Amino acid sequence: MLKSQFTARDWGSNAKYLSPSYKSTILRSPNKPLIPLKQTLSEITGPVFGHHSIKPLDNDLTQNGVTDGGEPLGERIIVSGKVIDEKGSPQRGTLIEIWQCNSAGRYIHLNDQHNAPLDPNFFGGGRCMTDENGYYKFYTIKPAAYPWGNHTNAWRPAHIHFSLFGPAYVTRLITQSYFPGDPLLELDPIFMATPKSSRNLLIKQFSIDTTEEGFALGYNFDFILRGPNATPMEN
Amino acid sequence: MSLKQTPSQTIGPFFSYGLTPEQSNYPNLSSLSSNSLLTDSTIGEKIRLEGKIFDGAGDIVSDAMIEIWQADAEGCYPDQQSSGKSNSSFAGFGRCDTGVDRQNKYIFETIKPGQIDTETAPHINVTIFMRGLLLHLFTRIYFSDEIRSNSTDTVLSAVPVARQKTLIARKVAGVIPATYVFDVFLQGENETVFFDI
Ligand SMILES: [Fe+3]
Repeated sequence: MLKSQFTARDWGSNAKYLSPSYKSTILRSPNKPLIPLKQTLSEITGPVFGHHSIKPLDNDLTQNGVTDGGEPLGERIIVSGKVIDEKGSPQRGTLIEIWQCNSAGRYIHLNDQHNAPLDPNFFGGGRCMTDENGYYKFYTIKPAAYPWGNHTNAWRPAHIHFSLFGPAYVTRLITQSYFPGDPLLELDPIFMATPKSSRNLLIKQFSIDTTEEGFALGYNFDFILRGPNATPMEN
Repeated sequence: MSLKQTPSQTIGPFFSYGLTPEQSNYPNLSSLSSNSLLTDSTIGEKIRLEGKIFDGAGDIVSDAMIEIWQADAEGCYPDQQSSGKSNSSFAGFGRCDTGVDRQNKYIFETIKPGQIDTETAPHINVTIFMRGLLLHLFTRIYFSDEIRSNSTDTVLSAVPVARQKTLIARKVAGVIPATYVFDVFLQGENETVFFDI
């Protein structure tokens, strides 16, 4: 069996660990430089999740949190796209997990102190697997902006949290995806910590083709993961 | 031509109902993985792995997610199972939310991994996510009772000698199952070694 090593993390595309305008980085970012590690079997293998682990409504947040027979409040949206690697190869069968606040800007998490209402028909978690061509699709409710304590009058732009595995331990990715045209983006130290040239990779695109008539607006959001590098490794 | 990689963003403080739902007591979703990697058919020496994560002020981090990825007792990763020699029921992957334990420890119940090859000591791969980390951290856990294989491990030997101890979990004497403690220091004199892989 031949297994490839993976290209390096794209440091130019990522925020610095220490990004002081995002205050939590000050005590939580490593001070010493990372130590380079040549990829071994430990890094180029990764956990496998079977399709059986996903239930039919897991990708539909407009239905999977209903508790009183009604529907969640807010604007229904579709978020879909594909997962590819740096060479453009589709990543099939990769697990994508999402979590978000509701249409009032409140998370169901017990530590969320924002005094916006919870929605009895929405909890905000879901997941799916990419199909044979690397595509995924979620139905959800558009999340709202919410205040946080980072600085005076700080508001997070509306976002959805995404967690992806990809083919190996090194392709693991947790990120957030934002909405086009949000005036809060340029005031948000978490979004702005990403180098300018890569920020567009964090913003969904409105898509009339994804939009379902009479039901929900559609957005497109693709993920680009680390890919195999040129030299295969003998196992 | 190569495309740019999607940038990472922080996991934030509110991940648990989506990523560790059952463990964190949000029953809306089932958990796809947990902090116990053991099943009835798992083969190998059962161990408990635990520790705390300390920030630069010495405070324990109560909102981190730790993931582990490890070989089975034969030194095989699950996706090598086609080789036929490994323990096919072992997933090799676990997750823990440090907000669950009252002392904010992460705790895993697993088995001691075997050696994946002769240059590599038994180890567990660790990924750390938390509010304040814009990009997750990678580290490795080695075992204090594997002195001989640790001494020839290629990854450990690439680490400055003074910092190697930050990668070694210490075995607690006289406890069953065998328990190893591995604390993570994000900053400071004993800052844990984090890898660029
Ligand atoms: Fe958030």
